[in-house]
Amino acid sequence: MHGLTKVYQTGAVKVHALRGIDLTIETGELIVLLGASGSGKSTLLNIIGGLDSPTTGRVSFLGEDITEYGPSALTQFRRAHVGFIFQFYNLVPSLTARENVALVTEISSNPIAPEEALRMVGLGERIHHFPAQLSGGEQQRVAVARAIAKRPNLLLCDEPTGALDSKTGVQVLEALKTVNEELGATTLIITHNIGIAEMADRVIRLSDGMISEERQMGRRRLPSELSW
Amino acid sequence: MVGFLSALDRKLLRDLWRLRGQGLAVGIIIACGVGIMIMALGSLASLQESRSTYYERYRFADVFADVKRAPNHILADVRDIPGVKSAETRITRIVTLDIEALREPANAQLVSLPNEGRPILNDLILYEGRWPDLLRTEEAIISRAFAEAHDYHPGDRVRAVLNGRAQDIEVVGIGDSPEFVWTLGIGSLLPDDKRFGVFWMRRQSLERTFELDGAFNSLTVSLLPGAIEQDVIDQLDRLLAPYGAIGAYGRDTQFSNAFVESEMGQMVAMARIIPPIFLIVSAFLIHAILSRLIAVERQQIGLLKAFGFTNREVASHYIKMAVVLSLFGVLGGILIGRQLARLATHIYSDTMRFPEIIQVVDSTAYASGTSAAILAAILGALSAALKAASLKPAEAMNPAPPTIYKRGGLIPAWVASRLDEPTRMIVRHITRWPARAAMTMFGIAASMALLVGTLFAFDSTEEMIETIYYRTDVFDAAVTFADTKDYESVSELKRLPGVLDVEPIRDVYVRFHHGLHTERGSITAIQVRSESKRLIDAEGRVVGVAETGLTLSSRLAEMLDVGIGEWVTVEVLEGRRPVVELPVTAIVEEYIGYAAYMNLEEIGRQLGEVRIISGAYLKLDPDQSTAFSDAVLDRPQVASVALRSAVIDTFNETLEETISIMMTIYSLIGGAIAAGVVYNAARISLTERGRELASLRVLGFTRGEAAYILLGEQALLVLVAIPVGALLGAGFAQLIVIGMSTDLYRVPYAMAPSTRGFAAIVVLIASIGAAALVAQRIRNLDLIEVLKTRE
Repeated sequence: MHGLTKVYQTGAVKVHALRGIDLTIETGELIVLLGASGSGKSTLLNIIGGLDSPTTGRVSFLGEDITEYGPSALTQFRRAHVGFIFQFYNLVPSLTARENVALVTEISSNPIAPEEALRMVGLGERIHHFPAQLSGGEQQRVAVARAIAKRPNLLLCDEPTGALDSKTGVQVLEALKTVNEELGATTLIITHNIGIAEMADRVIRLSDGMISEERQMGRRRLPSELSW
Repeated sequence: MVGFLSALDRKLLRDLWRLRGQGLAVGIIIACGVGIMIMALGSLASLQESRSTYYERYRFADVFADVKRAPNHILADVRDIPGVKSAETRITRIVTLDIEALREPANAQLVSLPNEGRPILNDLILYEGRWPDLLRTEEAIISRAFAEAHDYHPGDRVRAVLNGRAQDIEVVGIGDSPEFVWTLGIGSLLPDDKRFGVFWMRRQSLERTFELDGAFNSLTVSLLPGAIEQDVIDQLDRLLAPYGAIGAYGRDTQFSNAFVESEMGQMVAMARIIPPIFLIVSAFLIHAILSRLIAVERQQIGLLKAFGFTNREVASHYIKMAVVLSLFGVLGGILIGRQLARLATHIYSDTMRFPEIIQVVDSTAYASGTSAAILAAILGALSAALKAASLKPAEAMNPAPPTIYKRGGLIPAWVASRLDEPTRMIVRHITRWPARAAMTMFGIAASMALLVGTLFAFDSTEEMIETIYYRTDVFDAAVTFADTKDYESVSELKRLPGVLDVEPIRDVYVRFHHGLHTERGSITAIQVRSESKRLIDAEGRVVGVAETGLTLSSRLAEMLDVGIGEWVTVEVLEGRRPVVELPVTAIVEEYIGYAAYMNLEEIGRQLGEVRIISGAYLKLDPDQSTAFSDAVLDRPQVASVALRSAVIDTFNETLEETISIMMTIYSLIGGAIAAGVVYNAARISLTERGRELASLRVLGFTRGEAAYILLGEQALLVLVAIPVGALLGAGFAQLIVIGMSTDLYRVPYAMAPSTRGFAAIVVLIASIGAAALVAQRIRNLDLIEVLKTRE
């Protein structure tokens, strides 16, 4: 992406969420995005994921400029390439774990079987439970399985462990790591949590809408070695 | 400072503003219900007032009696009958008219006016012109509807056939009398202003024409307050029996008044049956809206209670909201109802000829409409409001526990395993809240039922026309004579141009007695193997009249409480007035009136008459019908001629007009219910599932796919509701058939598939329209917000 800026107009106030971002992400990379609230990291993630468009600048994905896309092209882009993981899981309460995953596999061209995706995140046993019958960590792992079952090129995680305690958080991160390694999905994780940075290939810190620090990590640590 | 509105009231108003879309949908439904109630009761009140003013001002008689010929001096005896306030004699006669603009003959009822001044009873309102001159025997006042239909004005001339002689009658005035508020064409079921008019002429000229010097053939009586009508009728019958009386009768069976009564009864039935449907649906909707609002405001309610608001205050807050909402609906209903009432009274004034329609503001209509709507709103709000009141503050301030869904349930496993996930979401949502789904379904079904249950009336009418004019009364023309004739007249009629076949008939006025029941009526005697007049038995088969005994219409059998094989005493009111005992040998179904039939030969035997007839049914050569019309007019003693084709034409014209108006009105109000219910259900669903849908949009679901999940549930419920509504509507139609059947009419139940189809299309269009409005909102879902917030 090149020269990304994003200005929100709220009433009389202009908010500069992004003030010129240049960034290249390699296929299969696992990147952790750090930054305080309001630093622009969610805005960046939304633009990369095709939920929002920049005020100026370009984002290319596999050689295509997605900033040119209209709403339905963006929907198709998300459908084909992007897996999202939300802070609050956002599972469909009326569907079981397996069915939540199947929801996405039904609209994908080359999906992983829902059972297989759930096994990858360590939930092979509880696939017929409804979200209300699962713990927070389990629900988030269902969300991970749902995001990866379509074999996304991009896996975008907005505070995936934000609502979890550290033990369950580790389980979710384990799942993300497995997926990143086994499927080769380029993974972006937004977090407040510096500890998580240790598992990344690269750590990018945003402040005030600009990249303030970029660090290539030598050795990726296992989630089980992390602590916060 | 405490403002004009409490903080809670401000919240109420803001909540209502926020819910304005749903509020509007409910408001429209309430407005329709209240509007119809006000229309029906309001126009009823206006018509009743117009009628009673007319009757009073123009002294409508209380009792009527027709005789063959009675001497004038009898009048003194009539006046002596206890309870009689005033009495008047007159001459009336039905004659044929020869109007150039019409292919077929028209008929007029001649009514005599006193030689001087105005009638004591059944006075005339003169709209135009003057009263006839005593010395000029050809002058007449004619009825307004007839004058309007032909654009007649004073100075115009109408050719009539009086006692076999053609005579020009000069129109000198245009008027009406309370006796003819409602008139029917001869042989018709509907008013036919072109072919039927009333002519008032000075008595002297009618006495001469009909050879009734010093005599009368019609008597009108008014009663003193407190007089017992039946006693007066009995006395009159005794007094007039020697003069060929066919039985005195009161206003209840006076032709015009009975029709007006019957119409008004139908309005009352409408006010009772239709508005409750709207109000019940509105109660359902209010329940659904408030239940959802209370779920959303759960934490606020907890907070209010923590602040010290009482259960009563919390409950009344939500009930107040429902009442305010219903008041908007009531206001709309009053505005709609007033306009509709005006429209309805004007439509009615086409068939009910009142000199003026007195618009009455019927406060009871407003009061009952308003209170019914408020009551429905309170009932709808009650359970939700009580639920809000019963929330425990500490619990309520926490978020609601997640909804537990279950697998399986109503859907068999082999079906469930074949569903895709979005469809599974739809099915689980329905099975999770079955009561709510059922309410939505019944709401939509109510709209279908309302449409089917009102529009079937046209099928019934078609069925009636089909049965009467194509299955039973299949003659081409019906001729009645002024007096009874012998069989010679048959061959005379046969000689008229274009006549292919003549079947004589004999109408006899009688009084039927069975046990404690007595009914005045007539027996129509026809040929056993008649090809012109046929009857329909209880199984719907076409049959002929029974060879012996009486064939009764089921209505008359009911009124007399008599069955097949039982004997009825028949008191003949003509000729030698014999009293005979006759067995009931057949019962037939008839839609209009309460007829009795007999074999023509058999009645001759029973009455000791030899080949006496009073009219005939004719088969005509269609190519010569004009020649026939011209020729029949010159026949002496022909009192009236009705051509079936003309009657059918009038029927179709009148129906086509009303059908398009009524179809539009019913489609609008029926569609309003479906649209309101679907819109509300979809909006509620959207507030509940907005986050879910936004998540799915983020995951790459298109708008269409998200809309499918939201609206698929509604679509499924609509598809179930349509057949359910068709069934309910059939039941509803049966209720209306029962509610509207009177002594005069029996509406058949008939329902064409096209009526159900039309209703289903209206429901579908209304539902799709409402769903499209909600689908718009899927476009505006905030996709970014759901990434951040917890529900």
